[in-house]
Amino acid sequence: MIETKNLTRKFGDLTAVDDLTLRVDEEEVFGFLGPNGAGKTTTIRMLACLISKTSGTATVGDYDIGNGADQQKIRRIIGLVPDNVGLYEELTAYKNLDFYGRYYKVEENRRRERIEYFLKMLGLWEKRDVAAGTFSKGMKQKLAIARALVHDPEVLFLDEPTANLDPEAAKTVRDFILDLKKEKKTIFLNTHNLDEAQRICDRIAILNTKLMALGTPAELERSTSGRRITVQLESVNDLIVSAAKRAGAGDVEVVGGNRLVITVGNPEKENPDILSAILGAGGRIQFVTEVNSTLEEVYLKLVKGQ
Amino acid sequence: MTHLDFQNVWSVASKDFETFKRRKGIIYATVAFPLGIALGFPGVVAAIAYAYPSTTSASVASFSPFLNAFSFWFVIGAASLPSGIASYSVVGEKIQKSLEPLLATPMTDGEILLGKSIACFVPPMVSIWISSVIYMILMDALTRPWLGFLYYPNWTFVTIVLLLAPLASVLTIELTVLLSARANDIRSVQQFTGVLFFPFIVIYVMTELDVIKFDVTNLLIMSGIFLVGDILLFYLSTATFKREEILTRWK
Repeated sequence: MIETKNLTRKFGDLTAVDDLTLRVDEEEVFGFLGPNGAGKTTTIRMLACLISKTSGTATVGDYDIGNGADQQKIRRIIGLVPDNVGLYEELTAYKNLDFYGRYYKVEENRRRERIEYFLKMLGLWEKRDVAAGTFSKGMKQKLAIARALVHDPEVLFLDEPTANLDPEAAKTVRDFILDLKKEKKTIFLNTHNLDEAQRICDRIAILNTKLMALGTPAELERSTSGRRITVQLESVNDLIVSAAKRAGAGDVEVVGGNRLVITVGNPEKENPDILSAILGAGGRIQFVTEVNSTLEEVYLKLVKGQ
Repeated sequence: MTHLDFQNVWSVASKDFETFKRRKGIIYATVAFPLGIALGFPGVVAAIAYAYPSTTSASVASFSPFLNAFSFWFVIGAASLPSGIASYSVVGEKIQKSLEPLLATPMTDGEILLGKSIACFVPPMVSIWISSVIYMILMDALTRPWLGFLYYPNWTFVTIVLLLAPLASVLTIELTVLLSARANDIRSVQQFTGVLFFPFIVIYVMTELDVIKFDVTNLLIMSGIFLVGDILLFYLSTATFKREEILTRWK
């Protein structure tokens, strides 16, 4: 549905997005993680044909973002929720959606149906005639998402949809996005909220001007530090640590006085030898568990490592 | 300019009309200024006639060129009123951050700009045209007994209201769009476009002092100058009102 090849955008001497190559499949919820200034918004703006690319190529649907004639077609099949929701504050919730329906030339009856559907889904139907400016941040954010969906786009771009929201409002917005998954939309979600990305996204890309990593949350958690096991013992001494190292373990770290965190290249193959060596050195094993890095660890390692 | 879809243009204008309806200040200013001209100047003439009962047909006839000069205030209104509306329409949206989602729709830059320009043009001009009709009727009612004929409508007045005033209005709208790229608040745009007021006042004073004669020829020359200004600013404002410019260069 979305494909970029070596997509680059420069602002003068500053490179905002550098050589980005990725693919987002149909009906996928794709998370775009990165710190502030990583190029996430610039990428969305390029894909939404709001700003031009400096080099590389990108397609949304079957359309090329660099082709003038295709740009309008792309805008027709996408919905955008920018980081600042930008509602018409003086206008009612209903009018906000209605004008956007008109901008996309949604036929009047269909427009009415869609607006009613979304306002009811969001619990805003009773407030349809209330000015959007009086809404809470969470309500505004949900209304902005509904606005981007009123013309039934194939792709939805969400730029930091839960930033600056309190936890309760953020949850309602997240739940709404999860509901949208059922509508089988392709969702491109910019966020720096790792927990949100992990819970909502099918795949995640980590960007810091350049693409740092790409995969499912589980793949990313395994990607940077290899696989690790924790061996909990009654007690740990130097003999046990040396035995574990001799048995081929990578890094061995003693945690909490009685646990060994061991980096293992291939646990299925190496674990029996390591555990035998520990037992041979007099270790009394209580538990053996596999530990993955958290997405947060992966993210910090990649972003700070750069 | 690329192909314009007038349904899109009208959608943008309708949204702005809807917003203006909710801003009482804009409505009052749009109605009050032209209506003030329409009622104020006939009021002055009536007051003079009342204060000087010996007023003769000859003295009224000698006064009549001033009537056209009074009507130049409709041009001043046309030049000043759209700046308030246009600043809300463009800078207001910029401040509310509602331009980005609008720019993400399939509408072209030209359709959005034209829609906003129509929204800024129509309310002041309708108000000015209605007020000018009221002005004509009142002035005719007051002056006909002395003059023996209907002073209005005349070609000078028609040129002022139907040609010069709309051209002045367009000039202000385009200038506001240009200034909107640099401004971060509505008031500063209004202050800048307020500068436009002064050349018109200078023209008005010059006509009162008889430096410029208010005849159709001079008005057509003035219209020509405005038209050149409009065309020049049109190209500048369309070059400024582009998605990329708005999102990356506008402050």
